[in-house]
Amino acid sequence: MGELNGLYALWYREVKVFTREISRVVGALVQPLMWLVIFGTGLGSILSIGTVNYQTYIFPGILAMTVLFGSLFFGLYIIMDKRVDFLKEVLVAPLHRTTIFFGKVLGGSTDGIIQIAILLVLGSIFFGIHFTVYSLIMTIIIILILMVAIISLGLIFGAVMSSPEGFGLVITFVIFPLFFLSGALFPVKSLPEWLYSFVAVNPVSYAVDALRTVILGTASAFGLGIDFAVLIGFAIAMVAIGTWAFKRMKI
Amino acid sequence: MKVIETHNLTKRFDRLIAVNKINLSIKEGEIFGLLGPNGAGKTTTLSMLATLLPPTSGRAYVNGFDVVNDASKVRHSIGFVFQDPSSDDLLTGRENLYLHALMYGVDMRNINKRMDEVLKLVDLTERQNERMKKYSGGMRRRLELARGLLHDPRVLFLDEPTLGLDPQTRQHLWTYIRRLADEKKVTVIITTHYMDEADQLCDRIAVIDHGKIAAMGKPEDLKKRLGGDVVRIKSKKPNVAAVKKLRYVKNVKHNDGMVTMTVDNSAKHLQEILKKIGNVESVETRSPTLNDLFLHLTGSEIRDEEGEGGYFERMMASNRGNR
Repeated sequence: MGELNGLYALWYREVKVFTREISRVVGALVQPLMWLVIFGTGLGSILSIGTVNYQTYIFPGILAMTVLFGSLFFGLYIIMDKRVDFLKEVLVAPLHRTTIFFGKVLGGSTDGIIQIAILLVLGSIFFGIHFTVYSLIMTIIIILILMVAIISLGLIFGAVMSSPEGFGLVITFVIFPLFFLSGALFPVKSLPEWLYSFVAVNPVSYAVDALRTVILGTASAFGLGIDFAVLIGFAIAMVAIGTWAFKRMKI
Repeated sequence: MKVIETHNLTKRFDRLIAVNKINLSIKEGEIFGLLGPNGAGKTTTLSMLATLLPPTSGRAYVNGFDVVNDASKVRHSIGFVFQDPSSDDLLTGRENLYLHALMYGVDMRNINKRMDEVLKLVDLTERQNERMKKYSGGMRRRLELARGLLHDPRVLFLDEPTLGLDPQTRQHLWTYIRRLADEKKVTVIITTHYMDEADQLCDRIAVIDHGKIAAMGKPEDLKKRLGGDVVRIKSKKPNVAAVKKLRYVKNVKHNDGMVTMTVDNSAKHLQEILKKIGNVESVETRSPTLNDLFLHLTGSEIRDEEGEGGYFERMMASNRGNR
């Protein structure tokens, strides 16, 4: 009971803070919209992939990108929080570190899913994305699995790193490779082999592939079953490492 | 009953001994002050008692629970108010309390009643629904004090609770803390480097220097240890050697024309001292303060270091993220 209350407290805090920082919600949506509107329109004016307009083609990839950036930073920010913030009070509370970890994941997922929901609505109104009940439910499931994995990854970095100076390195060597090598912006089937092998070991590629398959109804590059297996495996591994890292984290 | 007991409690950071074989025994309802310059080991000691840092060796018991083996039980039974702010600016004072109550397992049926009580205790009832970023430093401290009390802890740890607060707010906080100890029999462990705080608020103090207890006892007893009054004489060419020979003069220190000493029955002996020392420009006689005791024990003025993080505190801060 105590741990459940604790979990609820952590979730409650994240959601309260999120709803009070409207600038954060809006800010997080500017980047994906720029990709869709500027990059998508720009390349879309000369390019279609198969029968799909380029802007439409990258929409699932941009969803994955939004999760990637938003969720990784959500985790990373605990470096700042550890010093002078509420997190210190949380770490001293008589709660298991595992509970604290899941509270963070739960809170971050709630924030993230709200952002994604806004993008989905904008997508269906302005970018011609057609959702069915099936594709909508599948999209949300895929996004949630990816989100849990990436938030955990961010929390791992946050638990291990001691100063925010490493942020730049994480952006350069983690976020950008995961994004560019995910096939979010181009089809992976026709890539040269050396590049394809990088894409194939990137778990985000499988999220992008799964999202594209269910949203656009195109043929899957890896197979939907493989996509889900890899994603779930990735999420479980990240959660396992994350809870371990949290237990070892010092205040 | 002893609420806190330590046996040779020790903490090493690599090769530095931050806390060196400290033995404490603190009674219920006592306000106990850990006094020392920055880096002396106060915060480290507090952190070990609150289970935030594992001791390198030795044992410590809080409310009868071992801080290493029964850390969770210790945490349930203590409240902690940090030196740095640790509440959420975007939440209201009451919301911060609510989260604390949930995390510490306060009975759901009593949560609202408890929150009302502690808010009233620290006079924040009227401001409870404002976001904390609008709070002043003093209000924030009071809210965090209230939060530390919310789950009815038997021991309250306060790390530099009045650092950076104005004198009036400090007086207020002292009143609240005194009331807690007297009425609710809460044991309060406080670190401070304000001498007046230690003197007026604490029942007993331990002066810590270089990780060791240099002196422990009631403030008035400790001051008596200096023996007599403090006399400061300003002189162009003081004859220090002659003064040192007098049997009723102790702890003579000479610094750039300013001679400080403690004198037994200064009213009777002052004339003779002045004659011996020669070239006197000014004289000041007063009862000893804790600051004098501190100077005597540690050889440094505590005031000079106010507000800045000491070596260990800084080292701990930089270690926070490391494993």
